[in-house]
Amino acid sequence: MEHVISVLVENRFGVLSHISGMFSGRGFNIDSLAVGETEDPSVSRMTIVVHGDDQVVAQILKQLNRQVNVIQVEDLAGREHVERELMLIKIPVTAKNRGELLEVASIFRARVVDVQEESLTIEAVGSGEKLEALLRMCKKFGIRELVRTGRIGISRG
Amino acid sequence: MNMTGAELIMRLLERQGITTIAGIPGGANLPMYDAFHTSSIQHILVRHEQAAGFMAQGMARTTGLPAVCFATSGPGATNILTAIADAKLDSVPVICITGQVPTGLIGSDAFQEIDTYGLTVPITKHNYLVRTVEELLTVIPDAFRIAMSGRPGPVVIDVPKDVQSARIEFDAYPEPGAPDAPPRFSHDDIFRAAGLINASEKPVIYAGAGIIGSNAAPALHALAEKASIPVACTLLGLGSMPDSHPLYLGMLGMHGSRGTNMIMEECDLVIALGVRFDDRATGKAAEFCPKAHIIHIDIDRSELGKIKLPMLGIEADVRLAIEALLPEVGADKRSDWTARTTELREAHPMAMPGADDLLTPYGIIRQTAAMLDDDAIISTDVGQHQMWTAQAYPFTYPRQWLTSGGLGTMGFGLPTAIGAAVAFPERTSVCFSGDGSILMNIQELATAVEINANVKIVLLNNGHLGLVRQQQELFYGARYMASRFEARPDFATIARGFGMAACDLANEANPAEALAAALRQPGPCFINVPIAEEDCVFPMVPPGAANHTMIGGETHATA
Repeated sequence: MEHVISVLVENRFGVLSHISGMFSGRGFNIDSLAVGETEDPSVSRMTIVVHGDDQVVAQILKQLNRQVNVIQVEDLAGREHVERELMLIKIPVTAKNRGELLEVASIFRARVVDVQEESLTIEAVGSGEKLEALLRMCKKFGIRELVRTGRIGISRG
Repeated sequence: MNMTGAELIMRLLERQGITTIAGIPGGANLPMYDAFHTSSIQHILVRHEQAAGFMAQGMARTTGLPAVCFATSGPGATNILTAIADAKLDSVPVICITGQVPTGLIGSDAFQEIDTYGLTVPITKHNYLVRTVEELLTVIPDAFRIAMSGRPGPVVIDVPKDVQSARIEFDAYPEPGAPDAPPRFSHDDIFRAAGLINASEKPVIYAGAGIIGSNAAPALHALAEKASIPVACTLLGLGSMPDSHPLYLGMLGMHGSRGTNMIMEECDLVIALGVRFDDRATGKAAEFCPKAHIIHIDIDRSELGKIKLPMLGIEADVRLAIEALLPEVGADKRSDWTARTTELREAHPMAMPGADDLLTPYGIIRQTAAMLDDDAIISTDVGQHQMWTAQAYPFTYPRQWLTSGGLGTMGFGLPTAIGAAVAFPERTSVCFSGDGSILMNIQELATAVEINANVKIVLLNNGHLGLVRQQQELFYGARYMASRFEARPDFATIARGFGMAACDLANEANPAEALAAALRQPGPCFINVPIAEEDCVFPMVPPGAANHTMIGGETHATA
């Protein structure tokens, strides 16, 4: 099962290598990882998406808690939360199919952020499912380049 | 106050109670070495940085307090990594301070530059790259706090040369680092644990290094005695119960006695105290104690449920948890279980063939033990001699036994034994080693001679990497490969070449007398003991197999 783990860490040198090293050293896979400063500049938040059975995820949570620079670990899977990911997709277009692509983009509320004669770059924000659906629709145009931020999440309330 | 970073490091170490540091100087840590001139701390010059790490381990494992080692940048740091990794796996509080190239050169592939911080992330409890001299005021006490708190472990502090030389002005020294308060545990959990113990007909205590780390041996004895619960120890737990105690089962696992592993098979409750269900103790984990519920008490929460899901896991300092348990656990004779465990132990005891003959593995270990005072400190290297010593040496108290359990590092024994001798100069420090292991840090004979350490090296010499040879014999159809040494060094001559007293029991008319004399004389001494190359450590559980599949070690084979 997939889990979104939200980790508050001290915002200092080397913390990311401790966290990513723990995952690789213990053979846990990271599906995505996003890091950024929080409202307190001395603290960063990492949103880590992992999958595994209950025992694996329990062990991941404990190992994260064990890191000296980790302040708090929260498994969002057990609680109501909002998830978002941002994606930039560069798609080759011709005069003929540009209209069709713009229509797809608008259905998904994706924005066009760069227009060239032979390509369009669109920006989409959403949960994992929505972005996957958009990607499926874009496939038939061909995708030249794809960049994703990885998911971030915040608990409700 | 006004001083350099290097002087500040020494002052802060003095304030932590450090009196001895092992290490090797080099370009990037010269300012710290210069600061020894104005410090009360004595320095011990080792001959390879790995030995500095193990000497610190010898001090830390015997005293239970953090010990410090120094290395320079680059090769100094890479050389010491093995000893740091060893300390991590065995939870030993070692503080390693490495020199680093000046801040401005970091990242430029400067001479003797290596990413010590990056290299030590996975093998330390925590690590630092100090980037300003002011940071030392928080980093050094923090490093000690982290090394000692909860489950202990090594901390590496990498200090660039310019940070060591920089001057700092400050008002007051920080408080020395002290361990955090142990985790709080719920008394409901203690009641539940007591309930499980009181309801159990066939309980066993599985005790590990946590007992020693938390000074829980007296509490352990009280619990075992009150409720008549036999105690099996892990390799690193040896010494938590005296060998002569009637409830003591000895070591369990891969080279535990048959009777002990059989008792584990039959028990209905495992009380796991300060252990981590290491595969050398449990064998195939899924088949470990198949009939038992598990109560697991450990100070490291990540160990609870890591290998075996316990019925009840308690994150606690194991001494405090046992002390809380004691009044809740009912006094119980458990006569049926005691009779059954006695029966199994008598029918399947730890067989020690050859114990009467000095020139056999069990013979040299048992007779050396008989000649030593109870306060002797015993170290080993890694291999057959280590397992034989674990099986046969009658340990009586915690911190008497120093061995590389988790990492299994050949080369551990000699420098660790020297560290123990430095920590307790009035006691005899004995290192049982093998002819494979000793060569991995043989250069430390020079250190032992230089400081006249009271170290006795007892070398079980079979001309092989014996445990490798044994596994090739048992599990690879006796197809031996790279386990035999064709060149057989004359170790007594080598030791004498280093300036150390030595004897070779092969050449002695009265080996027992020669051994006794060697052990008695003050200062370092090397004792070569030829043993048969075909001797194996039995019983043995094949790696990856369940403990009930152990081979060898039947008593009838000893006749």
